[in-house]
Amino acid sequence: MNNLRKNKLKDQAFKILGVLFTMFGILMLVILIYNIFKIGLTRINWSFLTSLPSRKPESAGIYTAIIGTLDLMLLTIIFAIPIGVGAGIYLEEYTKKSKWSSLLEINISNLAGVPSIIYGLLGLGVFVRFFGFGGSILSGALTLSLLILPIIIVATREAIKAVPSSLKEASFALGASKWQTISNVVLPSSFGGILTGIILSLSRAIGETAPLIVVGAMAYVPFVPKSLFDTFSVLPMQIFNWTTRPQQGFAIAASGAIIILLLITFIMNGIAVYFRNKWQKKLQ
Amino acid sequence: MELQFISETNGKKNYNNKTMDVMTKKNIDIQTEALVVEKYKLHAKNVNVFYDDFQAIKNISMNIKPNSITSFIGPSGCGKSTFLRLFNRMNDYVEGFKMDGRIVIDDANIYKKGIMVEQLRKEVGMVFQKPNPFPKSIYDNVAYGLTIQGIKDKKLIDQRVEKALKQADLWNEVKDKLKKSALALSGGQQQRLCIARTLAVEPSILLMDEPTSALDPISTAKIEELIHHLKEEYTIIIVTHNMQQASRISDYTAFFYLGELIEFDKTKKIFTNPEKKQTENYITGRFG
Repeated sequence: MNNLRKNKLKDQAFKILGVLFTMFGILMLVILIYNIFKIGLTRINWSFLTSLPSRKPESAGIYTAIIGTLDLMLLTIIFAIPIGVGAGIYLEEYTKKSKWSSLLEINISNLAGVPSIIYGLLGLGVFVRFFGFGGSILSGALTLSLLILPIIIVATREAIKAVPSSLKEASFALGASKWQTISNVVLPSSFGGILTGIILSLSRAIGETAPLIVVGAMAYVPFVPKSLFDTFSVLPMQIFNWTTRPQQGFAIAASGAIIILLLITFIMNGIAVYFRNKWQKKLQ
Repeated sequence: MELQFISETNGKKNYNNKTMDVMTKKNIDIQTEALVVEKYKLHAKNVNVFYDDFQAIKNISMNIKPNSITSFIGPSGCGKSTFLRLFNRMNDYVEGFKMDGRIVIDDANIYKKGIMVEQLRKEVGMVFQKPNPFPKSIYDNVAYGLTIQGIKDKKLIDQRVEKALKQADLWNEVKDKLKKSALALSGGQQQRLCIARTLAVEPSILLMDEPTSALDPISTAKIEELIHHLKEEYTIIIVTHNMQQASRISDYTAFFYLGELIEFDKTKKIFTNPEKKQTENYITGRFG
């Protein structure tokens, strides 16, 4: 009886501890968001979104940074998705188990954990210098593509692995070839998972600053990039730049930019969740 | 014996007689062999299967007649599913799979180099243990085998879908909701859908790997009745753990144990008067 009560007490204690730990993380986030919104929300208006950066904090805007971010994301999507999904399909469906393939697997998983600054240096060496793309939006997009490739590959593989082998067998047994099975059964069934992986990886890419500093993203660009070889700025660069300025006005502008960046990230995640749920419903 | 006896009295004449006799006999043999080849839909000879070092099938030979139902029975791990999956080469995807021997379907060795596996599988359909409809509509499920063949004629596909669903005795239940997801059907309906999906490709052999083990008795009875009707057009091989099922529906029964074919005979014979003690023990439930 005594033991039972002790167990119940322990149970209760652990439950409270769990609640506290959970609250801690959420509380921190709430404080951060509250602070930023308190300072930055007043700054957000139409002209903030459509003005070029300026030396005067009151008239500075984030137009070039937003467009730069969107352009950069678009290019990164174009480069990273076909390569990442293709590599994921190949590794999951075509490679036979061997020492070589497991070595490849371990390395790709490790690449997902390499610090982003290292990718920046790689981009600087390969795209900026060797290929001579310079500090352009093309170099930036290629560098970010490299950065998120491992994430997309791993997500694609996990999504494909989750497709029941009974479905693949059914397709083969009806006379489908390997590619027909992949395109008609495997990919539609794993689409939700792959999409989630892609959007989460883009959410990571959109917040990256370090590799872009290395490949030469500008904090101040007076124009929107018109070609692949133009210089560019992105929101995190703009935020980083503004927070290093002494004027109070720039701190407010930085908070405004953070809100916009958070908003874009939330919207992207929201789209991912929406598509995933829609797809799951369709599968049931 | 008689020939030998005579040969002692009149050697030469008898020698001639004997040659003639042997020759006629050989002729008859050749003729019957030709007949035999024609008569069997499916013919396995000295088949061995290995998964890496493990031998799953030990030197099995078997002939299966067209438009017959054959049951494979035996305890789990006896190799009956492995043997079944040889006929549409589904084992090819298993890592470490190796086989030797010959498997002939309609006079063609299906393990010969240059055999189109996709073509073979249109001829040899398969229904699996658990119903595994694609997460697509009922219509798309049945049409799948046709669309991957590149058939575009909508009318033809419509016809074949309807025919297959009727053959599988599912048409009346689903004709008003062909565009609905197949996953909304009950387990028994799903399995009949899987059978319809296989029939739509119009194979001549139907392999069934424990098709009713995941179903309730009523669905099972429906599918057994279906199998009985399908016999008129198809050669059917069914793996089952259900002894009553084997005795109810099949013409021939093969008993497997530890990778060997212990006994293969008419179902009636296997279940009433088996040759081997092992078969009898298994059927009467003394082991397995």
